[in-house]
Amino acid sequence: MTNHWIDIGNSDCILISGSNAAENHPISFKYVVKAMRKGAKLISVDPRFTRTSSKADIFAPMRSGTDIALLGGMIKYILDNKLYNKKYVSAYTNAPFIVGKKFSFKNGLFSGYNRKARKYDKSTWAFAMDKKGVPKMDRGLKDPRCVFQLLKKHYSRYNTKLVSQITGTSEADLKKVYKAYTATGKTGKAGTIMYAMGWTQHTVGTQNIRTMAMIQLLLGNIGVAGGGVNALRGESNVQGSTDHCLLWHIWPGYLKTPRASNVSLAAYNKKWTPKSKDPISANWWQNYPKYSVSMLKSFFGDNATKAKAFGYNWLPKVDDGKAYSWLDLFDEMYKGTVKGFFAWGQNPACSGANAGKNRQAMKNLDWMVNVNIFDNETGSFWHGPGMNPSTIKTEVFMLPCCVSFEKEGSVTNSGRWSQWRYQGPKPLGNTKADGDIMMELGFKLKELYKKSGVFPEPIMNLKWDYMTNGMYDSHKVAKEINGYFLKNVDFPKKKKSFKKGQLVPSFAYLKADGSTSSGNWLYCNSYTEKGNMAARRGQEDAVNKIGLYPKFSWCWPVNRRIIYNRASVDLKGRPWDKKDWVVKWTGKKWIGDVPDGGWPPLGSLEKPNPKSKWAFIMRKHGHAQIFGPGRADGPFPEHYEPLECPIEKNFMSKERMNPTAAVYATDADAYLTCDPRYPLVGTTYRVVEHWQTGAMTRPQPWLLEMQPQVFVEMSEKLAKLKGIKNGERVLATSARGSLECTAIVTKRFKPFKIGKNVVHQVGFPWCFGWRWPETGKEESANLLTPAVGDPNTRIPETKAFMCNVSKL
Amino acid sequence: MPGKSFFVDTTVCTACRGCQVACKQWHGLPAEKTVNRGSYQNPADLSFVTYKLVRFEEVVVKKKLKWLFFADQCRHCLEPPCEMTADDPTAIFRDSATGAVLYTANTKKLDAQAVIDSCPYNIPRAAKDGTLAKCDMCIDRVENGLLPACVKTCPTGAMNFGSRKEMLALAKKRKAKVKGAKLLDAGDIRVIYMVTEDPKLYHKFAVASIGAFDVSRAVAMKRMVRPLTDLTARL
Ligand code: SF4
Ligand code: SF4
Ligand code: SF4
Repeated sequence: MTNHWIDIGNSDCILISGSNAAENHPISFKYVVKAMRKGAKLISVDPRFTRTSSKADIFAPMRSGTDIALLGGMIKYILDNKLYNKKYVSAYTNAPFIVGKKFSFKNGLFSGYNRKARKYDKSTWAFAMDKKGVPKMDRGLKDPRCVFQLLKKHYSRYNTKLVSQITGTSEADLKKVYKAYTATGKTGKAGTIMYAMGWTQHTVGTQNIRTMAMIQLLLGNIGVAGGGVNALRGESNVQGSTDHCLLWHIWPGYLKTPRASNVSLAAYNKKWTPKSKDPISANWWQNYPKYSVSMLKSFFGDNATKAKAFGYNWLPKVDDGKAYSWLDLFDEMYKGTVKGFFAWGQNPACSGANAGKNRQAMKNLDWMVNVNIFDNETGSFWHGPGMNPSTIKTEVFMLPCCVSFEKEGSVTNSGRWSQWRYQGPKPLGNTKADGDIMMELGFKLKELYKKSGVFPEPIMNLKWDYMTNGMYDSHKVAKEINGYFLKNVDFPKKKKSFKKGQLVPSFAYLKADGSTSSGNWLYCNSYTEKGNMAARRGQEDAVNKIGLYPKFSWCWPVNRRIIYNRASVDLKGRPWDKKDWVVKWTGKKWIGDVPDGGWPPLGSLEKPNPKSKWAFIMRKHGHAQIFGPGRADGPFPEHYEPLECPIEKNFMSKERMNPTAAVYATDADAYLTCDPRYPLVGTTYRVVEHWQTGAMTRPQPWLLEMQPQVFVEMSEKLAKLKGIKNGERVLATSARGSLECTAIVTKRFKPFKIGKNVVHQVGFPWCFGWRWPETGKEESANLLTPAVGDPNTRIPETKAFMCNVSKL
Repeated sequence: MPGKSFFVDTTVCTACRGCQVACKQWHGLPAEKTVNRGSYQNPADLSFVTYKLVRFEEVVVKKKLKWLFFADQCRHCLEPPCEMTADDPTAIFRDSATGAVLYTANTKKLDAQAVIDSCPYNIPRAAKDGTLAKCDMCIDRVENGLLPACVKTCPTGAMNFGSRKEMLALAKKRKAKVKGAKLLDAGDIRVIYMVTEDPKLYHKFAVASIGAFDVSRAVAMKRMVRPLTDLTARL
């Protein structure tokens, strides 16, 4: 989230799309209700009328996988009706930037496409530069090659009639949504988006979010209270795990995983440190080497000497152009190249797209370690449905771990708040905290490498001192993450000196010379000499009284509760919203939230204060990106159909699906689009009663009592067509698998009119698995979903695929 | 009128069912074996081990689809027909401080069906042995200064609890703010629901059947003039 949960209550219009917040983030509705009681409008866009929709002022049904069409139509509506915040757009976004001559868009493809490689040459999307090397701009937004004009041209095709044909949303409903939401473009009004996996799990997932971010920028909704782009994370600490490098392509703090071509630390830092020639651009990532070196110091301690490149060469590199995501991992496992597997706190036998493939893949493993609080379908895959245990050689080790409440540590919520938790009850029986399991594993590896082993340095040099009295100590890790001064260091400009061993007060003090450590620069400031900031429980609000509560827990970066907040003010530092303001320039300093840098306001665009900086400090050129030349699939989001869809031709262009989507080709990866055997659009979702694959909730009798069985929801019309009665068991099938489930025939699903055809959609919860309930009959809906990925993130397209449902 | 009351604002209820689970958890009630019957509502009905049940109804009103949620529970009537029917304060009685209508193990001795039939909201449920059970206002929590479990857990503010005066004031305030809102039987009961549609669309027993309280008053009157022999017979 750019903002945070409480801040939803400051909104004037809440769009919930790609999310069913009332069911899957029930507490969020505390703030939705708060906003609505102050007059905010709630819009629900969803293929199905949900518990969220039941509370909405406007419900607009939309076929799964067509969000970009719907939102692209909103961009056109904003531009046609001049509803954008012109001052904001021209000052803070790259709308004025002039795009180079090589850029074009034709027949659904951007310039630079290589069909064989299914990739773009992104250099054709570069901005035109002036002599100094700064992007050329037209702040008046009139130049035909400026981003704003190209945007207009691109989305001129997204007229409501066409959008309606694609999405199946009626033109009247589209207009209702557009009108209500774009009213927040007015100065002083704020609109927010609450989205989740319904937007991300598509072959165009990243671009779904980008489309909304662009809308938010056009309406001046980023940086302000009640605005922002807000991802509702699906697990209490998933934000924390992402921050600390859960994903293959990033190191902690969103540093890049080194590529094989980054042959030295110098080459690595050079490659990933952006350079700006614009003196007004803060270009915050210019500090990259300070963060990467501090992280290496934190990993390898005293062994990370300068002569040894701080241990850079000890860390694994990934091959250039190769992906190592979840989908790739299971693809390789299926092909037999991956031999050992730690399934740590997860359940890929049910949670992964094309779960049947994952289950088959596990047969190829020599060993699997399943670390979980309960046995699950993953650890028990070898005696699951259709498996013959006598032919499976995989050795499975089950390590029972304790639950989150039985250990001390932090969780980082969607709003980026790192919140410290004390230990509640002691771990049950012989269960262990994950930290203890990891520490022991590390010691064991060190012991083995001491005896022998190829390339022992990474393991042997690893600083591994996070124990107190023989137990994992979360405080030691939290301090390591924050970072220490490793020598006495003076900062003459800042008039500050620090002693060796002191905790670093914030990332502004991190250095690239090895004199500081920080396991994650973004968290530098979270555990300082003042104490454990995440454990704070201050109840006072800040001066602006918008629910920031700056002394309650701690939030990255540097306790800034609403990021990009320098865009919440005009060029003089005066808030757009006089009432719910975020930061304000007093003439001497900023008050309110922690500002996005303490520099004075810009003053004017023509002659900006040389001491000031452009508002979007994390961007190389200091401006938010309406034109995003860094994405794999194009600088502007474009509607493409899902890999499996019900129509042969994309109404928008000749390219039916995302031309850069990551497709897999094993015999378990069947994809069938527009196939009469699978005429129904399918999607998956969660229910409030179960959590993720249900491994934790299905054994809980009160929760199972409320949602005892996997189901498929369908319209009354479709049920009639298929002769299916409400509550009867049916068989759902896709190109990949089948699922027996209970039919819920409901008014909440309605057939869509797509072009001239009637298209039916159905939906399944994915929270079940054969291991429990004991009947073994309630299976995972991911047996149906395809393993195909977004080209930027490789998140699978589980939210739109083709299937069928028939009587048993 | 002293004592406690609930205000249930169904217009903000998201059917998260936190209240339904919290009730079971606080009372240590077992889960029932259920199946999906083509509805989210589960268990299908209140029971001896289910005191709180969120009811789900899909209805179309003026061409608009509504999904109505009704977090059903005992209304703790000001003059409870069930208490009058039982006519045995060791089995069913009213707590004087809160006004909670409480059932004891002695309900086993009552004519269960008569008690159930007398309830205008179809609340009490019998075990196999005839013992009756229903929502107890979490009297043990309330006596110790805590909110009822269902209220405490409600994320949206649909469930509210406090002195009757406070709750009536809150109900009045909310009703004034929400178009088409109505309060159900607010004068007769301690669990005041606010709805925006025809109450019958939420649940057959959302409001008391007409004259239900008059009938119970009639029963009470009859009891009062009962001949003495009856009393001795019961000893
Ligand atoms: S806890 Fe509140 S919001 Fe949730 S179902 Fe119960 S009354 Fe409704
Ligand atoms: S609602 Fe029914 S059970 Fe509850 S007090 Fe009234 S009559 Fe008795
Ligand atoms: S007041 Fe207590 S007993 Fe009654 S419904 Fe709520 S939680 Fe259950």
